[in-house]
Amino acid sequence: MPEITRDEVAHLADLARIDLDDAELDRLAPQLAVILESVASISGVAGDDIPPTSHAIPLTNVFREDVNTPCLTAEQALSGAPAQEQQRFSVPRILGDEQ
Amino acid sequence: MTDWTRKTAAELADALAAGETTSVELTQACLDRIAAVDGAVHAFLHVDAEGALTQARESDARRAAGSPASPLDGVPIAVKDVLATSGLPTTCGSRILEGWIPPYDATVVARLKAAGLPILGKTNMDEFAMGSSTEHSAYGATHNPWDLDRIPGGSGGGSAAAVAAFEAPLALGTDTGGSIRQPGALTGTVGVKPTYGGVSRYGLVALANSLDQVGPVTRTVLDSALLHEIIGGHDPMDSTSIDQPLPSLVAAARRGASGDLTGVRIGVVKELGGEGYRAGVLARFHESVDLLVAAGAEVVEVSCPNFVHALAAYYLILPAEASSNLAKFDAMRYGLRVLPEGIDNPSAEDVMRATRDAGFGDEVKRRIILGTYALSSGYYDAYYGQAQKVRTLISRDFEAAFEKADVLVSPTAPTTAFRLGEKVDDPIAMYLNDLATIPANLAGVPGISVPSGLADEDGLPAGFQILAPALADDRVYRVGAALEAILREKWGGHLLDQAPELASDDLVETTTGASR
Repeated sequence: MPEITRDEVAHLADLARIDLDDAELDRLAPQLAVILESVASISGVAGDDIPPTSHAIPLTNVFREDVNTPCLTAEQALSGAPAQEQQRFSVPRILGDEQ
Repeated sequence: MTDWTRKTAAELADALAAGETTSVELTQACLDRIAAVDGAVHAFLHVDAEGALTQARESDARRAAGSPASPLDGVPIAVKDVLATSGLPTTCGSRILEGWIPPYDATVVARLKAAGLPILGKTNMDEFAMGSSTEHSAYGATHNPWDLDRIPGGSGGGSAAAVAAFEAPLALGTDTGGSIRQPGALTGTVGVKPTYGGVSRYGLVALANSLDQVGPVTRTVLDSALLHEIIGGHDPMDSTSIDQPLPSLVAAARRGASGDLTGVRIGVVKELGGEGYRAGVLARFHESVDLLVAAGAEVVEVSCPNFVHALAAYYLILPAEASSNLAKFDAMRYGLRVLPEGIDNPSAEDVMRATRDAGFGDEVKRRIILGTYALSSGYYDAYYGQAQKVRTLISRDFEAAFEKADVLVSPTAPTTAFRLGEKVDDPIAMYLNDLATIPANLAGVPGISVPSGLADEDGLPAGFQILAPALADDRVYRVGAALEAILREKWGGHLLDQAPELASDDLVETTTGASR
């Protein structure tokens, strides 16, 4: 299995939308390498004939009764928002300058 | 004067029914105890004295009117901070949710309220339940009441310590890889992970959806059964909830307490013992097995060869699910919002990156990155896909083992409580604490941890784990209650009676337990 490099950790953090500074990368990258090494033993344990399990107690086609039930008011839904305006979530700009 | 904090929930329920006390008196006794010892233990992140006393007054009014809402109406409880509580802060031990007050109740919390249990407050935990020591809480570690320099286990160290320190008779925990059972073992208390789907997850802030389960944290097996019957059962708000009645758990616990296990087949799992397990923990385990045999049980050794891969499978599946779950913390709709330094007019994405860096601790970052890696194209088959197949193999091992035995047993955790700080920067050493508890989560089967005594090396509690097939939660209560009854007879009381007294911060009269 491939090793995980500092650059790769930086790239993954970028994909996961976490700003890691240099000190964090220095600390976390080697720890992640050790963790990956310890889970690498899983490779090849199960053959192609073994089906994957996503849930231990599988259920399919689960539906609730199709009836109206009370839901959150706008005020309740917005109660934890960092910023709000006109009964809406107020967010920073979502497009870049070049867009 | 009776020290109500030392009583079990079942005893408190009886005292309330007999009119010997009131819910207000019991709730106040817990609040006084919290005020006296929680400065040192730090089991609670938030105490709701006013709300709990209001609920207690309402409970007393129901009793006076002759219409209690449940057998536990009026018995106070603590709730792990990963469960949404309307009007009470819910932080999951994370800075990113600091101050968040949910606008709704988790189903289990709604059921507690409907059953009349006053909610004392929210208990400490590893951030988003990632950890085995409660040291990864952003709000400081919880201390083990047996030795304040040691960890109480995790992630539900707050709930276990609250119960062990007599701050609450009951608590709710959640168990994704052992977060109820392992703290139970390390604090000399009882913890149950129900069958996956047996208790609703609606309003539980998900760590890993396919593994998480809410369950009871108590001092006795019977108390766990009483609480389990209140929170358990089908919930249409959780699509993984099992739509069938719970087995009779309280009856199973009472039956077990007779101490007769004639005809019960107990399987000792070969792979969950030996190397990596402390001698003192193993000694208490084997002693307990011998006691179960003396009670009439038949013992067989069973082998579950794929359990050796459980830890690796877990640390791929869990981060994969967690990294997806935690994507919702984007600084837009609730929780922390941090503006990046040195950027004029930052974009939503800049804000998201800065917020997630400031709001998440190291362990959460490690697991998000690991999960992102495991789900990356190119590695998916080798890691996540392989882990899901190993999950199938582990379930098959359980199926084969349960053909030979009615329950499976092992030590709950390989060691007793370690010192604060000892493993906090060594993820692998930390992960090994859950070696024996993880297989049950991967296969969805129920498990209990019952105190097995004190290890000879350090005089600290060890736990005995009992696992049963899915939907047969009653078996863990029957065998757990039997072991508890036999050991209590041997010890002349509860194991917690041997715990050192905690020094009171300010109230002398609430700490001594002199009326025991």
